[in-house]
Amino acid sequence: MTEPTHSKKSTDNSPAEHQLDSKVQDQPRLARRGFLSGVLASGAAAASTAASLVANPAQAAEPAKPSVLPPSAKGALAETGLPPDLGHGHGAGMPGSDFMVDVIKSLDIKYLPSNCASSFRALHESLIDYGGNTKPEFLTCMHEESAVAMGHGYFKACGKPLLTLCHGTVGLQHASMAIYNAWCDRVPVIVVGGNDLDAAYRPPGVPTFHAAQDINAMVRDYTKWDDTPVSLQHFSQSFVRAYKIAMTPPYGPVAISLDAALQMAPVHLHEGKMPYIPKYIPTSPPQGDSGAVKEAAKMLVNATNPVIVADRAARTPEGVGLLVQLAELLQAKVVDQGSRMNFPRTHYLTAPATAIANADVIIGLELSDFWATVNAYTDNNSNDGHGTNASRIKPQTKLISINSVDLNTKSNYQDFQRFQVVDVQMAADAQTTLPSLIEAVRSALPNDKKEAIAKRGELQRKAYEEDIVRTKTAAALGWNESPISTARLVMETFAAVKNEDWSLVASEGNVSNWPNRLWPMEKHHHWLGRSGGYGVGYGAPASVGAALANRDLGRFSVSIQSDGDLMFAPGVLWTAAKHKIPLLSVMHNNRGYHQEVMHIQRLANFRNRKVNLEGDMGPVGTSIENPDIQYHELARSMGWWAKGPIKDPAQLASALKEAVAVVKSGHPALLNVWTQPR
Amino acid sequence: MKNTSKISRFNAALLLSVMVCLSLPVMAQTSAPSVEKGKQAFVKNGCWGCHGFVGQGGLAGPKLAPEPKPIEYIQAFVRHTQGPMPPYSEKILSNQDLIDIHAYLKSIPKGPDYKSIPLLN
Repeated sequence: MTEPTHSKKSTDNSPAEHQLDSKVQDQPRLARRGFLSGVLASGAAAASTAASLVANPAQAAEPAKPSVLPPSAKGALAETGLPPDLGHGHGAGMPGSDFMVDVIKSLDIKYLPSNCASSFRALHESLIDYGGNTKPEFLTCMHEESAVAMGHGYFKACGKPLLTLCHGTVGLQHASMAIYNAWCDRVPVIVVGGNDLDAAYRPPGVPTFHAAQDINAMVRDYTKWDDTPVSLQHFSQSFVRAYKIAMTPPYGPVAISLDAALQMAPVHLHEGKMPYIPKYIPTSPPQGDSGAVKEAAKMLVNATNPVIVADRAARTPEGVGLLVQLAELLQAKVVDQGSRMNFPRTHYLTAPATAIANADVIIGLELSDFWATVNAYTDNNSNDGHGTNASRIKPQTKLISINSVDLNTKSNYQDFQRFQVVDVQMAADAQTTLPSLIEAVRSALPNDKKEAIAKRGELQRKAYEEDIVRTKTAAALGWNESPISTARLVMETFAAVKNEDWSLVASEGNVSNWPNRLWPMEKHHHWLGRSGGYGVGYGAPASVGAALANRDLGRFSVSIQSDGDLMFAPGVLWTAAKHKIPLLSVMHNNRGYHQEVMHIQRLANFRNRKVNLEGDMGPVGTSIENPDIQYHELARSMGWWAKGPIKDPAQLASALKEAVAVVKSGHPALLNVWTQPR
Repeated sequence: MKNTSKISRFNAALLLSVMVCLSLPVMAQTSAPSVEKGKQAFVKNGCWGCHGFVGQGGLAGPKLAPEPKPIEYIQAFVRHTQGPMPPYSEKILSNQDLIDIHAYLKSIPKGPDYKSIPLLN
């Protein structure tokens, strides 16, 4: 390619011409530049002729010749047809982005939630036209954060990752909080960011504002892996590698920066061969060291009061069954911290968090915060405002940890939490380690212990029944009040969905954990857990993503949707309607950012100042009222069936019945319910 | 880490007894309790935030109603707590406000027993 050609490309704003491969542009048969030059020259001549016609009216009577003659059939074909090394379908010369689609299709990714952007326009076009818009199907999103969070929710519902495309800089900036949530929640999402990498060729203006040297730098601290492929062969290897890394426990998001020019360029043969697509073979999850497993088993068997604490232990439905086996073998109480549905709530070994107080051995399975599991922090303004810490356990209690995240700790973001000393620590996947731990416990269990273990189980049965009574008694308080109590909201919702194969896909805004305390959660999909990073704005899009997966699996999706969470990116409501994703969204509308209501009140009290309300219920800056947001109208405007505001608890059941019928017909439905704060 | 829960419970009980005694003369200087004013004070001072609008409680704070604890207990606790709930000084919440809030809490009727609620059975 010659320098003058570069110079022309940089000043010519024709996108097609800018993006064509140099070989194609230099083809004399295309004669594009010759044709354009002819047009310009003829136009100038025509202008000159017109001027002379005015000067000589006699000549004006003759019919004017066209300024440009129509091209011959051969010329027209050369101008409008595909360049000679494009358009052959599979093989050399096919657009690079078509090959990328082949790579993506090899991984059986079903959906692609995304907000469109020019930096991946070539791949976008290939996906919908060459790829037929199936596997993956493009889902139109209105915010990159929504797209990533949809992938987050989708994975937790069905165990398959989604791909999302985003604009390399501004799009990835939008997406970043959702990526952080996925990172903290150990969920794989494949994020591809388009980027005009080559400064000599990239279009000026907006595309250059949206280009960067290294777009992945922005999310590197909270992705498992990233890459910037510079050839199509490099892309196919990177994409399959990214998928493989994302899907190896501990799961996590990955990022690929995708050069716009690489998408546009035709496929070239490498040593006479097409670039290949590596086969995806899953990596086995890491299992705990056999010596450590035996030591842990010995400690558990010899304990008087062992307690199992699980947070993300059950990655799949099989994990729930394994945990039940371990618990029953030991007749050990299980505290399910709820980042996944780890243990059936209907099982008598289910115990509240306080169960650890009398434990002599605690085994933590994939805990996101072991320190806070065994210690209490009180935000009481002591110690120069640092608050106080206290142990929740006996000093001699032994601790065991199995946690795959120990294999993937980074420095900057502090999701690894405070440091906790444990007695046996396995950097391994808990679910994968459970079979060998169960076997080791079974082998180590002496016969003379069996009676004591059975007695432990009987005591727990009684404690479990008593706990249920306490919970229900608490739930009954304020039952008939308006605004509606969160317990009433949750139980009315359960009554409406209990005959379906229900899946509580999210519960945002804190409803005093009533679903986990009262709903008979038994199946893995009954509860999908929380956001992970507590970045507000997860609930609505993750619910839509999970509902998409559940739709295909024939399940009924229900979400407890808070007001503040919805307003971060409500456009996802439109995405759900557009793509016919059935979801029952029951709003916990407490009209405020309630966590902050309490924080500001606390700080004002510490400083002996009357908190400034300025006519709202909560401190200035924390209330979402005056005016009240009509969420039902917002949802209706985006194609949802919606009703509200419902303030009288007696009206809730009938509204829920209507909404459930709508969802069962394949559409999303929202109820705007005014609730108590928590 | 040292387990101080038993000592803490003893100290708290002792402190509370002392505080209850100290608070009694102060309570005598207030006027008759008002349920309506108490309801307003309950909202204006953020009590609803953790305890709910009718004091039903939740994970953020324990239940206050129905059947609230005695006013002396509540006042001692509110003024001097060092737990998760921040203390309220007299500047923020007057003794009269506390008396009115207590009256409001006392006025909240006992709700249905959970056994009578089909959704909880």
